[in-house]
Amino acid sequence: MIPTPDLSHLSTKDYDLVYEPAEDTFLLLDGLEADLDALKAAEPRICLEIGSGSGCVSAFLSKILGPSSAVYICTDINPHANKATRGTGRQNQVELDPVNAVFALPLQQRLRGSVDVVLFNPPYVPTSFEEAQMSQNQGNIGGAWAGGWDGMEVTNKFLEQVEELLSPQGRFYLVALKQNNVPEIRQRMEDIFKLHSEVVIERRAGREYLYIIRFTR
Amino acid sequence: MVRLITHNLLACHVKNCNANNFPLEFQNVQLEIREAEFNPEFVKGFLPKIEWKALVDTARQLGDTSLPNEQPEMLDDDFLKNLHHVLLEIHVEEGSMVCPNCKHEYPISSGIPNMLLAEHEIA
Repeated sequence: MIPTPDLSHLSTKDYDLVYEPAEDTFLLLDGLEADLDALKAAEPRICLEIGSGSGCVSAFLSKILGPSSAVYICTDINPHANKATRGTGRQNQVELDPVNAVFALPLQQRLRGSVDVVLFNPPYVPTSFEEAQMSQNQGNIGGAWAGGWDGMEVTNKFLEQVEELLSPQGRFYLVALKQNNVPEIRQRMEDIFKLHSEVVIERRAGREYLYIIRFTR
Repeated sequence: MVRLITHNLLACHVKNCNANNFPLEFQNVQLEIREAEFNPEFVKGFLPKIEWKALVDTARQLGDTSLPNEQPEMLDDDFLKNLHHVLLEIHVEEGSMVCPNCKHEYPISSGIPNMLLAEHEIA
């Protein structure tokens, strides 16, 4: 059992502005831990988290892979999340590189075929389209969960871009909700991008039934 | 922080700005040096991903002249340590990055680069 990163530097005030790690976050940590041997064996050099929020997941990944063995780039549209990510890295003696950006847009050109680990815990909660769009445009905390009518409004955009980023041995971990239609997501990624996938771990957490899906070439 | 490892991976992504959009040029920077653990395996492993000229020119612009014009064939410890320092220990805390092509300015505040674009600038 690998300890959860130390988040004691963040307060309830921070969590008014930045998504507080919850069951979905912890399931992603458990999924990474379940894959630890394979992850380590691949010797990742470039790791990228989309929507890093508090930075909890990338700090965990850095801890388990070794802070000096890879670069951990963390994007988020919410500037408060960028700051929290940086702080969480330092609180845990790892260096996370935060970038205020939509997905990996400013990195897409240079990281083509280069990213060894991509992490994305997207806004997957079904909401109105307007709520999802407004949260994304404003880069506020609602952007951490509001996912449009099937919860896939934001995720679908990134699913169009992720294959291009992955290195030959690259792995993409995605958090999804049952209502997001996991079999359809997996089939679509196989059909369009020839990315194979597996459910690493699944769990009911209160009202939500959550999955961690791993995609590879 | 914007470390040079990150800077070497960022390009301008304004709509239709597809050529000569890398590397972004630092302006009015404040630097901070923070020590990082030296891992020669990482530096060697990352080497193929580096745009060498962009890294060397940027480091020199920031006052670090330790890297040679061409990547050496022999990767000795001195070279790897210099490269480690340039990539991982120089932090740009304040300033901005300007696209050499369209001149779009990306501000850096408290070490975080703001790469967001307005709606009309998005491809």
